[in-house]
Amino acid sequence: MKRFLEVIRRDLRLALRQGSDSIMVVTFFVLTVVLFPFGIGPESGVLERVSAGVLWVTALLASLLSLDRLFQADYEDGSLELLVLTPTPLEIVVIAKVCAHWLTTGLPLLVAAPVLAVLLHMNGDGFTTLLLTMLIGTPILSLIGGIGAALVLGARRGGVLLSLLILPLYVPVLIFGVGAIDAAVGARDATPHLLILGGLLAVALPLSPWATAAALRQALE
Amino acid sequence: MAFDPPPPPFIGRALGCIRGGRAVFAGLDFTVAPGEALVLLGPNGSGKSSLLRVMAGLLRPAFGQILWGDVPAADDAESHAARTHYVGHHDAIKPVLSVSENLRFWARLHDPRPASASQAVDGALAAFGLSHLRDVPGKMLSAGQKRRTNLARLLAAPSPLWLLDEPTTALDKASIKVLEQVMAAHRAQGGMVVLSTHQDVDLPGARELHLDRFAPDSWDEEDGE
Repeated sequence: MKRFLEVIRRDLRLALRQGSDSIMVVTFFVLTVVLFPFGIGPESGVLERVSAGVLWVTALLASLLSLDRLFQADYEDGSLELLVLTPTPLEIVVIAKVCAHWLTTGLPLLVAAPVLAVLLHMNGDGFTTLLLTMLIGTPILSLIGGIGAALVLGARRGGVLLSLLILPLYVPVLIFGVGAIDAAVGARDATPHLLILGGLLAVALPLSPWATAAALRQALE
Repeated sequence: MAFDPPPPPFIGRALGCIRGGRAVFAGLDFTVAPGEALVLLGPNGSGKSSLLRVMAGLLRPAFGQILWGDVPAADDAESHAARTHYVGHHDAIKPVLSVSENLRFWARLHDPRPASASQAVDGALAAFGLSHLRDVPGKMLSAGQKRRTNLARLLAAPSPLWLLDEPTTALDKASIKVLEQVMAAHRAQGGMVVLSTHQDVDLPGARELHLDRFAPDSWDEEDGE
């Protein structure tokens, strides 16, 4: 457990000192969402209709943008070898790194989302659900993304490959995230969608660190 | 301070390694008892680094196994990792963290017990002549200073087995002397050292393992095939 916290602390410290990565992700999220009113016009009815979808699709892309740095820097400078050789299961180290990734990218997206929802004239009834879906959904993005980031280690043009691998896996999160918000806005019950999202998280939490650890060991052989 | 309990001997039995479809070595046996040192010799590509990675557990051997006494190391990867320090080609120094932050992270990760951890880190920095650089960020270090910071891990969190892959790369003569003294002190405490090198490193009483003798190609010639 101490080792777990130690890895999180180190990754957060690295993210704070380097700064730019985390800010870049949020800036990308904000700028891309802001483009939509310019692209499809300022009519509030249209914007309101697409707001949930725009927010979630953009959040997916922003999260994807940050993934290639999850293991790449550690892989290049040899830290990954030492992390693998830590006297603790590699899965624990992976969960710690994914947690740190979520804290530096998922959490800022979560904070920025309601502000952008106002910009897109999202119906006020959807705000709580938007936050809930982001709270459950963004950790899933980090968890699944970790598998992809580990698989493309050492590949040239890994970023492009990563998108091809990971985006299809993000689709369920997108469907049920948007579904929940639409249900809440339409005064229907959002609980089933949220439960399914929670189920996805419950499946990703044990399985993806295991798959990520296997991919990391493979990358170092 | 000797290791308590004393570690069992570190043994490799009938090891074989295949890299990129080519057999690098085969039928390789070694034993390192507490206090002993093993020097890996051989030309480039003879499998020194591969053998050290097999020993560390980064690479699964194609044949054979690594043992601690009678117990296969693969059965308990965590205690194998706790008993081992691996120093590879890369120094694992983060450019934005200071020397002491880099070192403290690896020391705590290896042994999270807080007892005298910061003292051990200070001692390790002093031993490798890095005390005056402790607050300097990793990106400002020279190659030799990075290597010394990496080697300081050996002292910051004690482990009986040291696996050193060409540790003298980028080191000046004075630092090589320091490394020799550190290794001698480690062996005096019952520690073990496995080291690959192309340079002269003074390790009194060390056994030598010539990896080119285990290359499958040279077997064929000897067998007249």
